[in-house]
Amino acid sequence: MTWFTIIIAGIITYLMRMTMVALVDRDLLGERVKAVLAYVPSAVFPAIIFPGIFINDYGTFIEMNDPKIFGAIVAILVGYFSRNVIATIISGLFSY
Amino acid sequence: MLSKKQIFSKGILAVAPHMFSVIPFGIVCGAIGIELGFSPILVYAMSIIIFGGASQIVFLQLLSGGASALIAVTSVGVINSRHLLYGAVLSEYLEKLSFIKKLLISYLVVDQGFAESNKFFQKNKNETHLHYHLLGSGGTLWVCWQISTLAGIILGSFVPEELGLKFAVPLTFIAIVVQDIKKLDHVIVMITCGLSSLLFFDAPFKSYIIISPIIALFVAALVLRLKK
Repeated sequence: MTWFTIIIAGIITYLMRMTMVALVDRDLLGERVKAVLAYVPSAVFPAIIFPGIFINDYGTFIEMNDPKIFGAIVAILVGYFSRNVIATIISGLFSY
Repeated sequence: MLSKKQIFSKGILAVAPHMFSVIPFGIVCGAIGIELGFSPILVYAMSIIIFGGASQIVFLQLLSGGASALIAVTSVGVINSRHLLYGAVLSEYLEKLSFIKKLLISYLVVDQGFAESNKFFQKNKNETHLHYHLLGSGGTLWVCWQISTLAGIILGSFVPEELGLKFAVPLTFIAIVVQDIKKLDHVIVMITCGLSSLLFFDAPFKSYIIISPIIALFVAALVLRLKK
């Protein structure tokens, strides 16, 4: 049963990866939709970033003096000025 | 014009730094599966069949917690639905591929690979072998994910729950979007998404992960309209 469930979950995940690439003709999307799609990274990744910083393992908000906030600020500054992914991650991890 | 090999290598290099978050995450993912009492083969098979970090962990936690298969599958579907957005963005650059190639390359699309290859595509629209970048980035992430979940399965309970690197996940995505904070429109979209994700964090099926991008994209559409 668990195997069956995994396979269904896998098929659904694959369909979502594949549908827009292989099945939907891009011409179906209007110019406005295409312009909005340029914001996808900015519109998606903060939903991973914010909870990762502000919500702890127990699903509650962290205190405002939590070291993760400081770590994130350092990472943003280092990342912005260095333009280097490794420097961004390492600086955040070390200042946390 | 870059060769296929050059573009492929660029794809590998682009995602290499993200291994700081991917590898510990994979190890933890494998180890959690074993600790929750699932068979090693089953835990590993998920890395091939589903190939989506956060969704794999949620799936196992739900099933071991006694949730129904329907709830587990729905959660995976909701968590991974953001790939529809990635696909919509990437389709512009993969248009010329044959149908079979599109089917195959889709399997490799994950967060970091999408993000880095999309950046490359935007800057190199005229290259002919663009998709090799996605093969390089997605392929590297795939191989590392397989190895690291396998390592987690083998190490099992020896893996410390935190591994000290869980914080690497938000950091890796900060690194991805940080250059866009100089653009006001992007900052507005990011903050909308971030605040929405906190607001809807307790919504069922982890749906904050798709609700907040949808809200943010609506705001993006508004911003675009105001800019004109």
